[in-house]
Amino acid sequence: MPNVTYITLIPLLPMAGFIMLGIFGRKYFKNTSGIIGTVLLLISTMLAIHTAYGYFFEYGKLDGIYQKMIPLHYTWLEFSKGVSIDMGIILDPISVMMLVVVTFVSLMVHIYSLSYMKGEERFPTYYAFLGLFSFSMLGLVLSSNIFQIYIFWELVGVSSFLLIGYYYNKPNAVAACKKAFIVTRFADVGFLIGILILSFYAGTLDFNLLIQKLTSPEASEFKNAVTTSFLGLSGLTWGLILVFIGGAGKSAMFPLHIWLPDAMEGPTPVSALIHAATMVVAGVFLVARLFPVFSMSTTALNLISYVGIISALIAAIIACTQTDIKRILAFSTMSQIGFMMFALGVSGFGGENGIGFTASLFHLFTHALFKALLFLCAGTVIHYIHSNEVKDMGGLRKYLPITHISFLIACLSIAGIPPFSGFFSKEEILLAAFQHNIIIYFAALITSGLTAFYIFRLYFHIFWNKPAIVKSDHKREGGLSMILPLILLSIGAAVAGFIPFGHFVSSDGSTLENTLHIEFSIAPVILGLTGIFAAMWLYLKQNNRPQKIAASMSVLYNIVYRKFYIDELYLFVTKKILFKLVGRPAAWFDKNIVDGLVNLTGNATEYISNKIKVVQSGKVQQYAMYFLFGIIGLAVLFIYIWK
Amino acid sequence: MEGSTIIFYMLALLSLLSAVLAVTTRQIFRAAIYLLFSLIGIAGLYFWLQYEFIAAVQIVIYVGGIVVLIIFSIFLTQATGEKLPKQKYGSQLFAVLAAFCGFTVTVLQLFKYSFKQTDLPHVEPTVSNIGNMMLGLTENGYALPFEVVSILLLAAMVGCIVIALKNKSLKKV
Amino acid sequence: MIQPGLYQILFISTALFFIGIYGFFTRRNLITILMSVELVLNSVNLNFIAFNKYLWPNRLDGVFFTIFIIAIAAAEAATAIAIIINLYRSHQSIDVENAEEMKY
Repeated sequence: MPNVTYITLIPLLPMAGFIMLGIFGRKYFKNTSGIIGTVLLLISTMLAIHTAYGYFFEYGKLDGIYQKMIPLHYTWLEFSKGVSIDMGIILDPISVMMLVVVTFVSLMVHIYSLSYMKGEERFPTYYAFLGLFSFSMLGLVLSSNIFQIYIFWELVGVSSFLLIGYYYNKPNAVAACKKAFIVTRFADVGFLIGILILSFYAGTLDFNLLIQKLTSPEASEFKNAVTTSFLGLSGLTWGLILVFIGGAGKSAMFPLHIWLPDAMEGPTPVSALIHAATMVVAGVFLVARLFPVFSMSTTALNLISYVGIISALIAAIIACTQTDIKRILAFSTMSQIGFMMFALGVSGFGGENGIGFTASLFHLFTHALFKALLFLCAGTVIHYIHSNEVKDMGGLRKYLPITHISFLIACLSIAGIPPFSGFFSKEEILLAAFQHNIIIYFAALITSGLTAFYIFRLYFHIFWNKPAIVKSDHKREGGLSMILPLILLSIGAAVAGFIPFGHFVSSDGSTLENTLHIEFSIAPVILGLTGIFAAMWLYLKQNNRPQKIAASMSVLYNIVYRKFYIDELYLFVTKKILFKLVGRPAAWFDKNIVDGLVNLTGNATEYISNKIKVVQSGKVQQYAMYFLFGIIGLAVLFIYIWK
Repeated sequence: MEGSTIIFYMLALLSLLSAVLAVTTRQIFRAAIYLLFSLIGIAGLYFWLQYEFIAAVQIVIYVGGIVVLIIFSIFLTQATGEKLPKQKYGSQLFAVLAAFCGFTVTVLQLFKYSFKQTDLPHVEPTVSNIGNMMLGLTENGYALPFEVVSILLLAAMVGCIVIALKNKSLKKV
Repeated sequence: MIQPGLYQILFISTALFFIGIYGFFTRRNLITILMSVELVLNSVNLNFIAFNKYLWPNRLDGVFFTIFIIAIAAAEAATAIAIIINLYRSHQSIDVENAEEMKY
């Protein structure tokens, strides 16, 4: 294996950018910070592509199987023999693939932001935060130790928090960033406990060892983990479920999805990077990273499948009713991540069984491209219209031609129309579902029809529908830096499906042939086309059909429009139950008993000292007299009484 | 009754009596003079004990140095001839009580205790003996404390100058 | 009359000590307080010399202690008088009861 220490530079370069711009940015790099950040990330991207090329085509394979390599490893905190928190780099197909995706999308967003965020007062800060995010995300995918991944996991959460709250004088953004942070933190507690349980059974925190020990049926660790049971589930299953809860929080799975729509308060490129392409798929990545272990527990896999499909379906239904362009995309993201999740859930380990695994990561890959593209296009539209509401848009196809074409490509891709990339990955997911669980297959089929409908509803709303209200005076589509990423991502979204993904990424590292069954693809494509035509019928020209339909099922429509009242439910539980029944008494106790005790001590001390301060009269002779009497007293005591 | 005994008791009487007067008289200048007599009485006791060098040091430093210094400071801070204010009876009572209690306890203990004498050969406290030991580096030498004390004296001197320097902020007032 | 010896000298020294203490307690003028302190120091000196003379005539330690105490007393007197004069400058008085800014 060649020397690959330069891989450390991939995350460290953005980190250097963060430190430099974070400390000196506002003073010295007021205008050049964007360029600095972009150049650093460009180098990272080139290194990542070089790494990927080297890994996939030169040294990664051994006997036809991709190896897990650990080129760098450093023991950082050793608790006991074997159990240590290490800092290391792992190279395997998924981490290398993620490396490319993260650096590429991040680079696109960096370039795009050059114009999009131009003139912002905290421009250097923005780039510093982007650098921090890129660093932590790259660190996350490269982690070789489960605790290392947890550290980067939290760092990613922090940078997401910072970027959502970037417009810190907007109350909505502040509320959204707090919400995102709290909800994901809440899930991370599960993750941490899961880590502890898994490492307790495996006796190690290292990924490779952990997987090795918890997957071989002969190992005593595995037997231990499977035989202990708690509430009817084995210790292994509990650990996996808790780890999955952490992943579900980050990936906005039902019912922990409530933060994702609100996270759209951040700048649009940030949404494209963090809340569409990279961070939110961290949960999928985590499950994929531990997939060999997950595959040992059917219960955990079933849970993942059902959570995934429910999230996908619910999000798709909600997306049909929303009116905020970014929120529609947010729900769409949630729905697509649901797809990835249940694809993992229905997958088996190894060989042909692992088709769901490959499909999931393939979808992750294509989704990153087309969803980032959708968000960046939405950014251009918002930039042009100065509004997030779809009703303010319409007829923009003549004014934003490049955006229009890019958006259309992305829409076709997400709707699963051949030959765009989404088609291939979605087909594989459906195939995997069909082979394993027919209920999930049908639900997924419905969801993909809905996906086509809501995304084209959005498309027609923006680019067709009513004639445009042109009031903007600035350049139509921003500068080159806003157009270039759109073009690059469009190319990616259009052709990425032809990559023989199974050759590179599969559950056990061996080659998996992508098989395309034409007869199998008919149903989803027809459903997708139906969705598109339905959207066309409703939204191509301005008419009152949508309102009629909405009115005819107003109750249902309202429920969906209010996102199934899940937010309200959360508020009810926290405000009415938690705050009232737990918080209030606790506050009373704190105010009256705890504070009271503290005050009592303070007051008593003050009272007593006021009484006895007279002793400190300031008269030297008095002091001396006390002293002498004391000495005489002590002398008498020791000489006569205490002989 | 020997002569030396009479001399001893007279010296004791002189020092104690003038000490009492020194702490009780209400004229400060007289107090200084009584102190002077008391110190001279103690120097006499040293002579009587045949520690001539110590007696000389006592006279030179106490009588010749400190008392003169005190008298100077009295001149500097006090209008002479003015009587000191009368003391409060309360505080006087407590002071008498404290001093008397302490005195009683100590004396009672003193006379109960029998001291043991050594029978090793005497060392005469002659000036040459004292000098040799003061600067001696042997086991019984006092060269190190001697140096320490000299540093202390220097520090005290510097301190006095610094303290007694006219303070600018006080000058304004 | 009793032959004077160690006990007599120690008695004198004790008396001198408590006379000094009494003066320290009752006097309010700082200079007279200083005089009382000198009396106390002298009583200690006398003690050392007496012990040296009667109990350890083979050593001269008592003598050296006395010498050092005298040296330190000189330093102390000088410093004290410097302080007194400074106090007089700032308070126009050397009454110890007037110097009580540092009380509670």
